[in-house]
Amino acid sequence: MLLAALGIGVIAVVASALLGPKKASRAKLMPYESGNDPQHGGVGTGQRFPVHFYLVAMLFIVFDIETAFFYPLAVAYQKLLPFAFIEAFTFILLLLVGYFYVLKKKVLEWA
Amino acid sequence: MPDWLATSLITLLKAILVILGLLTGFAYMTLVERKLLGRFQLRPGPNRVGPLGLLQPVADAIKSIFKEDINVTMADKVVYTIAPIISVTFALLAFGGIPAGPAGSLFGENPWVYNLDAGLLVLLAMTSMGVYGIFLGGWASGSKYPMLGGLRSSAQMISYELGMGLSLLGVLMLVGSTRLQDIVGWQAGNGWLLLFQMLGFVLFLVSAFAETNRAPFDLPEAEQELVAGFLTEYSAIKWALYQMAEYISMFTASAMMVTLFFGGWKGPQFLNGLIPGISEWPIVWFIAKMAFFVFFFIWVKASILRIRYDQLMRFGWKLVLPLALINTVLTAFYIAYFKASWGLWPLVLGSLIGVGLLIYVSDAVRSLWNTPGIRRAEDLSPRAHTVTPANRQTLGGD
Repeated sequence: MLLAALGIGVIAVVASALLGPKKASRAKLMPYESGNDPQHGGVGTGQRFPVHFYLVAMLFIVFDIETAFFYPLAVAYQKLLPFAFIEAFTFILLLLVGYFYVLKKKVLEWA
Repeated sequence: MPDWLATSLITLLKAILVILGLLTGFAYMTLVERKLLGRFQLRPGPNRVGPLGLLQPVADAIKSIFKEDINVTMADKVVYTIAPIISVTFALLAFGGIPAGPAGSLFGENPWVYNLDAGLLVLLAMTSMGVYGIFLGGWASGSKYPMLGGLRSSAQMISYELGMGLSLLGVLMLVGSTRLQDIVGWQAGNGWLLLFQMLGFVLFLVSAFAETNRAPFDLPEAEQELVAGFLTEYSAIKWALYQMAEYISMFTASAMMVTLFFGGWKGPQFLNGLIPGISEWPIVWFIAKMAFFVFFFIWVKASILRIRYDQLMRFGWKLVLPLALINTVLTAFYIAYFKASWGLWPLVLGSLIGVGLLIYVSDAVRSLWNTPGIRRAEDLSPRAHTVTPANRQTLGGD
């Protein structure tokens, strides 16, 4: 499946690169900027972007690890029963403390 | 021919069949979408190329493959080329694990390409790999609009991935297995999971819309603000590959919803009285249910406004995530203490109340969770919106 899926993508790109006209010009290869030449438009030219994206990524890692811990618990839940609920609930409570801290720190606000 | 060779050849054949099916599905999906959007807006949609416009996808495909393949000067050439391939590869790969029928129902073979014990996890992992394709594409274009589009898109997708993962925990607790076949089998015995996990389903639906970048969450492609987002610098078939990935992940999301919440490939049992055995026509039911969801995706696109980026993130982190956790805890609580005496059916009532609360809360909380700091001062005073002689001047007068 991986081979076939990868094959389709590669074949399509190669075919498109071979077929089709090739008349490049300086204006055509310029990055998009409504007809202007973007002097400082590139990514490597020191453009900065908000730290919010970094924070969201960090939070995602934390909460996704939480999710990863929950999957085995959820699958085996009915077998572990009398004790599993208390344990899961304690774990969620611990995480909720962190979640409310993040909320109060206004990390998730996009101004 | 040795046994392993035959098996792997059959697997390869099935993989190619699935991929060709998905590609055709994608091509005609673009036509269906344009036609339906046309119908929703009281106009005919494409109807010139071929009868009823049926050759429109073919014309589009030929056009896009014969277009000039532009490599922008600022682009990182290697990543710029690989990114759309990554995107489309993982979108295609995710679909192979979904069962479209019972074992052996496809001319003696199994109607899936691979069936793993951790099927659901693999499915989630594959769908989330789309983030890489989109972000790398946006970064490698070496221009600022794709960069911003890619950043937005990746932040949005990872945020809603959490909601997606957490909203499925209730399902897993009830079924006790991550194999998709087991989940379908459980639903055949106990009734559709939609009934028991309605809140989970709604959260999953919302997350799936955001995860596939479809309207109302299609901010990364917001034409009016970001040109075309991460797609800005792409042309010819690379652009088409991204579109393909988006539509195929839409198919995968529909198939996931069908499999997890709507009884998979099994039809409703009561129809057996009319035509014997109709509920066991595997692929027919699967495709019919998927078609409903695909139609639903287009319907929503035609009717709902795009939401703002800060609203999107707030919605994901402050509503979907906590509600998914609450849903998990309540389901766990019920299973732990009441399931033995009352059975499963009271969960139906619980999930109905959950959805009602979600609808109420999402409306009521919207203003409550706004940050006071980013409001303008005049919004906070209650008299600002009533026109009095004193503030007529500041409001602009008439």
